[in-house]
Amino acid sequence: MAEVIEKEEKEAETPLAPPLNVRELLLTPIFDNNPIGRQVLGICSALAVTTGMKTAIVMSLAVIFVTAFSNASVSVIRNLIPSSIRIIVEMTIIASLVIIADQFIRAYAYDISKQLSIFVGLIITNCILMGRAEAFALKNPPIHSFLDGIGNGLGYSTVLIAVGFFRELLGSGKLLGYEVFSLITEGGWYVPNGLMLLSPSAFFLIGFFIWIIRTWKPEQVEEG
Amino acid sequence: MQRDSIQRTVIVALGVCLVCSVLVSGAAVALSSIQKENKRLDKVKNILIAGGLYDPDGDIQKTYKNKVVPLLVELDSGRIVGEDAYPEGIDADTYDIKKVAKDPILGQAVESGEDIAKIRNRPKYIFVYQVIENDNLQKVILPIYGYGLWSTLYGFISLGSDLKTIQGLTYYEHGETPGLGGEVDNARWKGLWKGKQAYDVSGNVAISVIKGTVDPSNPQAQFQVDGLSGATITTRGVDDMLHYWLGDNGYGRLIETLKQGGTRG
Repeated sequence: MAEVIEKEEKEAETPLAPPLNVRELLLTPIFDNNPIGRQVLGICSALAVTTGMKTAIVMSLAVIFVTAFSNASVSVIRNLIPSSIRIIVEMTIIASLVIIADQFIRAYAYDISKQLSIFVGLIITNCILMGRAEAFALKNPPIHSFLDGIGNGLGYSTVLIAVGFFRELLGSGKLLGYEVFSLITEGGWYVPNGLMLLSPSAFFLIGFFIWIIRTWKPEQVEEG
Repeated sequence: MQRDSIQRTVIVALGVCLVCSVLVSGAAVALSSIQKENKRLDKVKNILIAGGLYDPDGDIQKTYKNKVVPLLVELDSGRIVGEDAYPEGIDADTYDIKKVAKDPILGQAVESGEDIAKIRNRPKYIFVYQVIENDNLQKVILPIYGYGLWSTLYGFISLGSDLKTIQGLTYYEHGETPGLGGEVDNARWKGLWKGKQAYDVSGNVAISVIKGTVDPSNPQAQFQVDGLSGATITTRGVDDMLHYWLGDNGYGRLIETLKQGGTRG
């Protein structure tokens, strides 16, 4: 973590725009600096909306949209924002974008919006958004911030969709609503694991995810 | 101008608020008609599912228009309210049972002694739906709701033209535990309801959801439905709400009215 902060601080000091490394901005947050896996942000919604793949995917799209545009908008006005009302301004921008995303989901994906219920609205409180606005968008130019937003949104989505995959498959025997395992309640053979449909299972799965990433990339292990 | 001056702070705050409010209200206004339409379609879809008329590939609107006739009922008296006499604020397209139940004028409190479904408030006027095919009443679809374990379950029960035989039970909104109480959505369980008798010979509510599996040789089997395993409290909630809504305080009086031939309103 220290290394990242140092790097970002250095970037902020240089008056010229840092070189635009699209690949790095987009891909680092997926495995190397995953908002859920490494930064442990945004866990709350990851528990609630991952009972199925479909809700996880729609939620992911909404979060990518909001992180990308909130980062970009904060970055555009980063030199105008007085530091005393910085957080409030960021919140206002994030909240507005979330409401817009929510309105669109309600208009064009009504069934899913019923399942996501308040969780789209709760993207506002998703720590990833404030975190990236504060840590990145305030110090970097708009295009960089936009890409950083998409990257972090993708990082969040990777975990969300992976967790959704296992929860839906093991909990309901389905993927995206299509039957994969025939359930015993429908006359098949698979006894669904009810725990998978309850929030605690997402904790276990995210735990496994963090474990796997840190075994694969040991440099992420924090010293105790 | 200094970055942290009061003037600057006020200008930035106002500017951000102005831009954001324009965007938010713009989106809300522009999309509201689509959202309303979605809500209406969703309701129509649920009514069709309850009436066994839903065909995912068919035209929901058309089926609804051709076969379903909404009927406004005054719950206390069982009286059917004609279309020209609808109370102010009630309209078949926009009727929202939750809103009306809590409305200070259109809703009423349910006395705690009678409130077996634990709903606290209910609408004074409620829409029931008749399924009419070839000019004959096939089914009556009655909205029901009541408390389960975690949430209020909203659904419909449909009765056949004899006003006794259950044709189907379906829930369109609930927050019960997935896999346990949430199994009220299970198609196989919902299928168990068809053909069960809601009332006994003397007209009392007889249907009940029992613990375990119904023994088909039991003479009571026609009044019994299997409980959901692992969901005792949700099951009890379903049982209670059926007793409430099918009973005298619920649709009992309406059913009397309908039996006396007031079916077409």
